[in-house]
Amino acid sequence: MSRFRVLIIDDEEELAATLVERLAYRDIEAEYAVDGGTALEKISVRQYDVVVLDLKLPGISGQEVLQRLKDQYPYLPVVLITGHGTPNGHENDKSESAYNIIPKPIGLDALIELMEAAIKNHE
Amino acid sequence: MNKPDEIKPSGPPLSPYRRLRRYSSMLTSLIALIPLFILAIINYHQDTDAYRAENRYAISRILSNTERTLEFVLEERRSALAFILSERSYEELNTNEGLAATLQNLKNSFGGFVDLGLIDSGGVQQSYVGPYNLAGINYQDQSWFLEVILRGFHVSDVFMGYRNFPHFVMAFKKEKPNGDFYVIRATLDMELLTRLIYNLELDRRTDAFIINRDGILQTPSVFFGGVLEKARFEVPSSMMDREVIDERIEDEQWLTTGYAYISKSPFILMVMKQLERPLWHWIDHRADLLWFLGISAALILVVVYYSTSHMVNRLRESDLKRAKVFHNAEYTNKMATIGRMAAGVAHEINNPLAIINEKAGLLKDMVDFDPNHPQKEKTLTQISSILKSVERCSKVTHRLLGFARRMEMQTEIINLAELLKEVMGFQSSEIIHRNIKIESTIDPKLPELESDRGQLQQVFLNIISNALAAIPDGGRIEITASPLNPDEIAVTITDNGVGIQERDLQHIFEPFFSTRGEFGTGLGLSITNDIVQRLGGRISVKSTVGVGTSFIVSLPIKRRI
Repeated sequence: MSRFRVLIIDDEEELAATLVERLAYRDIEAEYAVDGGTALEKISVRQYDVVVLDLKLPGISGQEVLQRLKDQYPYLPVVLITGHGTPNGHENDKSESAYNIIPKPIGLDALIELMEAAIKNHE
Repeated sequence: MNKPDEIKPSGPPLSPYRRLRRYSSMLTSLIALIPLFILAIINYHQDTDAYRAENRYAISRILSNTERTLEFVLEERRSALAFILSERSYEELNTNEGLAATLQNLKNSFGGFVDLGLIDSGGVQQSYVGPYNLAGINYQDQSWFLEVILRGFHVSDVFMGYRNFPHFVMAFKKEKPNGDFYVIRATLDMELLTRLIYNLELDRRTDAFIINRDGILQTPSVFFGGVLEKARFEVPSSMMDREVIDERIEDEQWLTTGYAYISKSPFILMVMKQLERPLWHWIDHRADLLWFLGISAALILVVVYYSTSHMVNRLRESDLKRAKVFHNAEYTNKMATIGRMAAGVAHEINNPLAIINEKAGLLKDMVDFDPNHPQKEKTLTQISSILKSVERCSKVTHRLLGFARRMEMQTEIINLAELLKEVMGFQSSEIIHRNIKIESTIDPKLPELESDRGQLQQVFLNIISNALAAIPDGGRIEITASPLNPDEIAVTITDNGVGIQERDLQHIFEPFFSTRGEFGTGLGLSITNDIVQRLGGRISVKSTVGVGTSFIVSLPIKRRI
């Protein structure tokens, strides 16, 4: 019995696959998608408790995926991964998804905490 | 982080400004002083001419007055003798008593008479009254006697004669009714004429005296010596009775000489004046003018020095200021480039680092969750070491990213009109030198922008540099800035240069694309495009070959992240 189900959207397949495997050790059911299109498809057919999204994606950009998720699945919490540390101008941003950002390289424990907090926040 | 102002703009070196100050103060001083000195020189010559004319006039007056007096004195004595001859008979005069009474009368009435003698046609002095014993002397062979016989009248040169003091002689011939004749001869003391001249009370530089036609001094002279000495100058020609002449006797030294032939006598009256040196005379007489000249020159020099210094300092300050602004812009741009590079490096390293991190994490999980793993402790130590190294790397990349972010954009409130003016200032020397016409139309209602000053400067500097490279000398660049919509403004920079080929147009914002061959790096417009995008704006281009090119930059009024 898994704790919750997560979709990881990251173009680095090695990274995403490893994350999925590691989360499985911790009783978290995880899947991954390497581009925005695949991700949106997966979300449309299966329900996830939380989505982990890399902002830098080929094809449909991370920003765009984020926008669509907000429009179509307003109750689906999103945790953002960024390679830029904290994104510009967001250092002091206390609004909506400010606490949902995690920089690369990812600390797994921190990620799990963030995901749980996001799920709790959306309930 | 280093502040831009820690970079000391080396600034233009001092020496060109010093040279500029020297040249411009010299030129200004010369232009101001030369007319002053020319006027002074003109005044000097006028003054010198006037001084000589004045002296000629003064000499001329002394000359004519003295001449008249001398002629009058001689004429008076001649008339007296003529009167005696007509009044007294030969018999009356040919007695010592009669002659003595006559001499006494003459002395009383006129003065100057020393003795009186009566000489018969044979030249023998028949009777004589006077201080010397001269009765019976024969004058038959003396030249004056012959002249009296010939002309009836004689006035002699001054001589010492038997009497041993300077005197001259007047003699008249009188015909007797029987055809015979006799001569009356009077001696006159030269003191008579000397006193006349002495009474003129001449100044030190002026000398008046009488010479005879051989140039022998008849009265003492200040310049040329005593009576009967030979004067050291040429006897003036008798072509003119009277004349006043200037002559230069040595460099800068002038002598005014006046002479007059005294009628019915061998005498020539001379008046000479040695002029002061004209320069000393001018300095003496125009001290006021010299003071004025000196004070004016000093004032001019002081004013020129201070105004030139002020001007050059202002120029230097403005050059320095411009150099500083330019350096700052350059510095900002450089730092932004470093920032972009750092961000790129950090980002590229972060990705593989994340994979290493997760793979190591997975290994750790595999060992952790397997209770029977051999060498569990040792393996976990190795993995932990990998993870710590990843963390160290990650700290470095995050520091790099933090640095890059600080280097990137800074937000300020910007007046675009001023900024454009500043940018044109960087190019002003080329614009002036190449006679390029800049037409700037800035909408007065243009709102102020929230943007990065250094980056915007870079954007417009690049576009204007390209425009300058595209147009010929005397070309034209139009700059318009106006609101595009409530959130954006648009700046259009249009040149009338060569234009861009259509096939090149789609590539011009790509890095390393250049139409200028080896002269361009091909980075200018790519960097420009990059900056504009990061400022939240857009850049587009329109061009027609042979007509010109327009770059349109639209910028958000409020900064967008």
